[in-house]
Amino acid sequence: MQSVQFEAPGTVDEAVALLAGATGDTRILAGGTDLLVQLRAHMINPGLIIDIKKIDETRSLTKNADGSYTIGAAYAGAEATERDDITKDWPGVVEGWDLIGSTQIQGRASLGGNLCNASPAADSVPAMIVAGMTANIAGPKGRRTIPVQDVPVSPGKTSLGKGEFIVSFNLPGRPKGGGDAYLRLIPRTEMDIAVVGCGVALVLDDSGTVTSAKVSLGAVSAKVLVVDAAAKAIIGTKLDDDALAKLDAACQAAAKPINDKRGTIEYRTKIAGVLARRAVKIAAERAGS
Amino acid sequence: MAKHHVAVSINGEPVEYLCSTRQTLLDVLRDELNLTGSKEGCASGDCGACSVMVDGRLVCSCLVMGAECDGKSIDTIEGMADGEKLHPLQQKFLEEAALQCGICTPGVLVAAKALLERNNNPTETQVRYWLAGNLCRCTGYDKIVRAVMLTAADMRGGA
Repeated sequence: MQSVQFEAPGTVDEAVALLAGATGDTRILAGGTDLLVQLRAHMINPGLIIDIKKIDETRSLTKNADGSYTIGAAYAGAEATERDDITKDWPGVVEGWDLIGSTQIQGRASLGGNLCNASPAADSVPAMIVAGMTANIAGPKGRRTIPVQDVPVSPGKTSLGKGEFIVSFNLPGRPKGGGDAYLRLIPRTEMDIAVVGCGVALVLDDSGTVTSAKVSLGAVSAKVLVVDAAAKAIIGTKLDDDALAKLDAACQAAAKPINDKRGTIEYRTKIAGVLARRAVKIAAERAGS
Repeated sequence: MAKHHVAVSINGEPVEYLCSTRQTLLDVLRDELNLTGSKEGCASGDCGACSVMVDGRLVCSCLVMGAECDGKSIDTIEGMADGEKLHPLQQKFLEEAALQCGICTPGVLVAAKALLERNNNPTETQVRYWLAGNLCRCTGYDKIVRAVMLTAADMRGGA
């Protein structure tokens, strides 16, 4: 077991330079709730750990003049829950973010870490995707911005290149008539990993007709799924029983889960449809308020 | 490799320590600073026995690196009583027998104090969710939850 270097740069440029100069495995420290567990369990053996929390951009959450948000990659869920603005505009995003683990975990766990840990069951990711969030990435070739759904590739693996890390996220302003929700099923009431997770964001017009929608499923595939057919099933409807049945069927058809101790393939597939129905109803109630 | 020199505030007192990258804040508290009130249960953020406050935020000290704490303000169970005078939560835990073996107790107390500072009138459900990350294998939780609720009522009555 080698000794590990530790750096806490104060700027993005310094962090990029440290990453570029590193030879062995390098890990980014945000909230640490996955990294320290992996380090302790000898799942990883990095030569360098870079704490990005001294970089102001990673630790701030700003509502911009146009109603959109810029969210630091290391901003914690418990911090977001205490904010009046984002919890009102995007309650689903905050729900997914701040139900990870216990109160203690929520005090540290971040969107950047949850996304880059690349678990297919990551609770924050479906809600981020349906909200249309993008990730601001810094690296040796400068900065680039990509949709959140393009970051995870497979369990534990991201599309980030060598020397790249996520600095912050962009969250659009809440559209007029917009509402979002995230629901997950776990075997107990708190502190477990999703059997299925479902994020929904939709927009209703004045008559209550769905004008746009996005549906995303977690924990039923090797990466979080965007289910276009499920969104199509409810766009143009007033969420009548027929539309919800088609939504349910589309989610069941898209789900390609595995069997494990938390649930069977059959159970997870069925639950994907059930959660989608419930999440759509919650998002629609919020859109009307 | 050179150790990291870290300056923090612990329970209001300035403290400096040296640590390696692999040492967690919990390791530093217990092994370097002899503050052994915070316990190591799981070392993976599941049990909450190592709960401390960092800059006013409840965290598991086993999931915080010692090296990342420079400039931070840390509050541990050792700072909870005022000299010989127990914090109302500590006193109530004794009166209600809200502990048996005591390993989880420091973490439960730190977490419960953080809750009551945010919400002095929590429902039983709120107490149970807030403390879901503090595992206790002795009490079955009922006495813990009761002691927290009774302390909150006392503190409201005395305010």
